[in-house]
Amino acid sequence: MFQSLMMGALGGTLIGLSVAIMMLFLGRITGISGIFGGAMMPSDGDRVWRVLFVLGLLVGGLSLWLYYPTAFPVVSLKAMAWPVVVVAGLFVGVGTRMGSGCTSGHGVCGLARLSVRSLVATITFIAAGALTVFLARHVFHLGAWI
Amino acid sequence: MNSAVMRNVVVFVSGVIFAVGLGLSGMTQPDKVKGFLDFFGKWDPTLLAVIGSATGLNLILFRFILKRPAPILEAKFSLPTKKDIDRPLVVGAVLFGIGWGVGGFCPGPALTSLASGTFTAVLFVVSMAAGSLGYLFFEKAQAAKPAPSTDTANASGSIEAAKKAA
Repeated sequence: MFQSLMMGALGGTLIGLSVAIMMLFLGRITGISGIFGGAMMPSDGDRVWRVLFVLGLLVGGLSLWLYYPTAFPVVSLKAMAWPVVVVAGLFVGVGTRMGSGCTSGHGVCGLARLSVRSLVATITFIAAGALTVFLARHVFHLGAWI
Repeated sequence: MNSAVMRNVVVFVSGVIFAVGLGLSGMTQPDKVKGFLDFFGKWDPTLLAVIGSATGLNLILFRFILKRPAPILEAKFSLPTKKDIDRPLVVGAVLFGIGWGVGGFCPGPALTSLASGTFTAVLFVVSMAAGSLGYLFFEKAQAAKPAPSTDTANASGSIEAAKKAA
């Protein structure tokens, strides 16, 4: 657990560094759901940098795949039932747009800006996620499913 | 190097750093995320260390950065301006939380995991894109309706706000 926490702090520091670079150079919040959503909108004037950020994520992912493959637990990923994956993806897609942000936009950038909206959103999605896992694992015992 | 090229390089490199941070921190492993959300089981506090360090660093750095008159490559800062705690914010966060608890993926780790080439990651991202686009079109359609209620009046504003905030 100690090692996991240290890796968490190391990775979190890199995430924080990326967020700080985006603020310093572009003056932008690094919210992945907004960047991804905007990257898909053809009429958006900010499309190019958003597409490039997503490309950066993919290249970062490829370098992990090459040099740190434990980042991707392929066996347990493949074990997830496809309807569960589809439902989860849809909820995350709709929810992050409706709520104007995800873990990065609200959880990292918003909290660092002391935004009350982001604090409310972060507490809410962690509570909703915790309740979901509680119901799935400890009430309905769907552990093997999700 | 002109500023447009510089901007593209900076954004791309930021994306790479972000993804590597997610991977090293364990956040591309849905089991670790669900482990954090499982407060009544075998709780895994790693996510707290990730958000804590990323946010803590910027609690300090944003102070200095936002004292500048402008960012280095743009004329001005583009920060979210909405302040009100409205229904879409809370309902959206609830829906996101449910999907996050079910899948163990939020948008960043899901996109990063595309590199693993697993069908699960691809399917999640396609579903997430469908949900995201579906909601944006729904919101635009609502905003375009002639009869303005209070909800539709701020819907068009929230498209802009959403793009900037998220």
